[in-house]
Amino acid sequence: MMQQVENPIAEVRDLTVSYYKKPVLWNIDLYFPHGNIIGIIGPNGAGKSTLLKTIMGLVKPDSGYVKIFGKTIDEVRRHISYVPQKDSVDWDFPASVLDVVMMGRYAQLGLFRRLRKIDREKALACLCKVDMEALAKRQIAQLSGGQRQRVFLARALAQEAQLYLMDEPFVGVDAATEKMIINLLQAMTKEGKTIIVVHHDLHSAFSYFDWSILLNMRVVAAGPTQDVLIPALLQETYSGKLTILSKISELLKEQNTLPREPN
Amino acid sequence: MQQAVMDFFSFSDPNIRYVVLGTLLITTSAAMIGSFALLKKKVLVGDAVAHAVLPGVCLAFIVTGTKHPMALSLGAFATGWLALVLMDQITHQSKIKEDTAIALVLSVTFGLGILLLTAIQHTGNAAQVGLSNFLFGNAAALVGNDLKTLGLLSLALITVFLLFFKEFTLVAFDKTFAQTSGLPVRHLELLLTILTVLAIVVGIRAVGILLMSAMLITPPAAARFWTQNLSKMVLLAIVFAMISGVIGSFVSYIAPSMPTGPWIVITISLMAYGSFLLAPRKGLLSRGIQRRKHQKKTLSENILKILYELGVAEGHYYKKITLDTLCTYRSLPADRLVQGLKWLQKRNMLQKKGSSWSLTVAGKKSGEKISRLHHLWELYLTQYLKIKPDHAHENAESIEHIITPELADELYSLVDLKQEQQQ
Repeated sequence: MMQQVENPIAEVRDLTVSYYKKPVLWNIDLYFPHGNIIGIIGPNGAGKSTLLKTIMGLVKPDSGYVKIFGKTIDEVRRHISYVPQKDSVDWDFPASVLDVVMMGRYAQLGLFRRLRKIDREKALACLCKVDMEALAKRQIAQLSGGQRQRVFLARALAQEAQLYLMDEPFVGVDAATEKMIINLLQAMTKEGKTIIVVHHDLHSAFSYFDWSILLNMRVVAAGPTQDVLIPALLQETYSGKLTILSKISELLKEQNTLPREPN
Repeated sequence: MQQAVMDFFSFSDPNIRYVVLGTLLITTSAAMIGSFALLKKKVLVGDAVAHAVLPGVCLAFIVTGTKHPMALSLGAFATGWLALVLMDQITHQSKIKEDTAIALVLSVTFGLGILLLTAIQHTGNAAQVGLSNFLFGNAAALVGNDLKTLGLLSLALITVFLLFFKEFTLVAFDKTFAQTSGLPVRHLELLLTILTVLAIVVGIRAVGILLMSAMLITPPAAARFWTQNLSKMVLLAIVFAMISGVIGSFVSYIAPSMPTGPWIVITISLMAYGSFLLAPRKGLLSRGIQRRKHQKKTLSENILKILYELGVAEGHYYKKITLDTLCTYRSLPADRLVQGLKWLQKRNMLQKKGSSWSLTVAGKKSGEKISRLHHLWELYLTQYLKIKPDHAHENAESIEHIITPELADELYSLVDLKQEQQQ
């Protein structure tokens, strides 16, 4: 099931992506509607994070392309913010909460330039939005899981982007943080921002997302949440019907070939 | 000896000034680059590059027939770089992991280097004298052209490093985020790699190939104990490195046949072990003191609690009690018990009359508090967490000593609430 989207903020066309030579996404077509919280939902190994990374240009696709605001990612990076999984960094790094949030200002600042007072103020304002202003000087090594996620969100906010891509922001956070995050995301969409969230908890997906994408190596369905998260489609996403596709992927990896001739 | 110290540290001899200046620049570069190698967990890569520099130095000498510092540095840089490329290719093109790749490259390049060095030494070429200084370093030999070239290279390195400090930090902490926010991460990494090889090429003149990795890593490792702030850590690493550099060059001044490298490395290592022992909070000593403090607190709180609870049972709080009686309530060695009793007496929690002890008013208050915390935690475990009552006591025995007043308040609200519900 694929719902039509008028004036999508981003589109993905016929995307095939391999991870260490093993194809994980097959012929993905997607349109992302503007001003929504969009959930990408699917089981482990469905290629959710890889899809996000490909959209951000971190992973090169075997074929197909991604357009954001009708342009390539490198032309519009300034307006796009990416929130990696919080366990992807070493939190023992000698830095304070404010140091990390200020990193969201580096790209706008440009090379060689020192952080200005206004960058500091903006970073503090972003910390306020995630209720962390009191911990601005705290060492990041001392933070809890929920607090770490809040710091990452504040850093993303400091980028002042239009489109936000978040990889599993609700994993390993406490209930209060989860509630705070979803409230924040809803407030952001009211300001016209678009947020794409990789998520795997079906239970909360119903209430969190305006638009849902069911993914398991290929797109099972995409559309308004109430139309997409229905038993038949969920069954199709989470059932083991894809074993053939996985076996082909393994074979391709062994033979060291791409799923299609490179052009 | 005293005269030598005076001569050296007055820096009146221009030669000494130059040697010291050169050593300071070299050790500073190494400490800066090493800080990032440490944070990026790429410590051993530096070691491999340092070893891979030797064949380059020898080849440069064979080709040019001179020991011109620029030629030797170029040769060193070339093979150092080649080693990096090789390690990168091995890990990417095969299933070999990084540590194995490092070992493979390190041993083969160094072996080749020693081979070439031996061949050169057997040619009888008079110009080759001093090439073996590359193995252990000799700061005192840093004069004239050598010093000028190495000093300039270090200065350039330090400048570029400071210019890109902000970006290097971001890439070291979160490379993915740096990429997505549009920083030229590939170029930045290339730059940092160039600086790393450069720092090694320059550094081996002072400390030598074999000990170069210690010069990169030990200063930041020592500094990491003292601070949680990256800029301060790098600064402190530089200070440590400089101190060891000056001491090393002093030794090679008073005893010219002494290699500098080992002295620098021993000095900096002493500082690192010193930090490991003495650093506040993270150091071994401070952690030991903390543990002792906690043990003392636990012991004295336990004594007060026993006396208080005895008082509750008998309806008389200030009853005198002998050491032997006390021993029957708590399986503690008598000497530890006496220690605790004396400590409490000093703090006016207990008073001693003859051979028996009794609580003071303050002591009774403390005992009451600790007994209440014990009970509070038991209630929390059994009521709120639904843990079986027979498991709760043991747990409360240790938790009662660490509950802060704020936590106690929180516990009161939770437990009281539950009791009201039950009633």
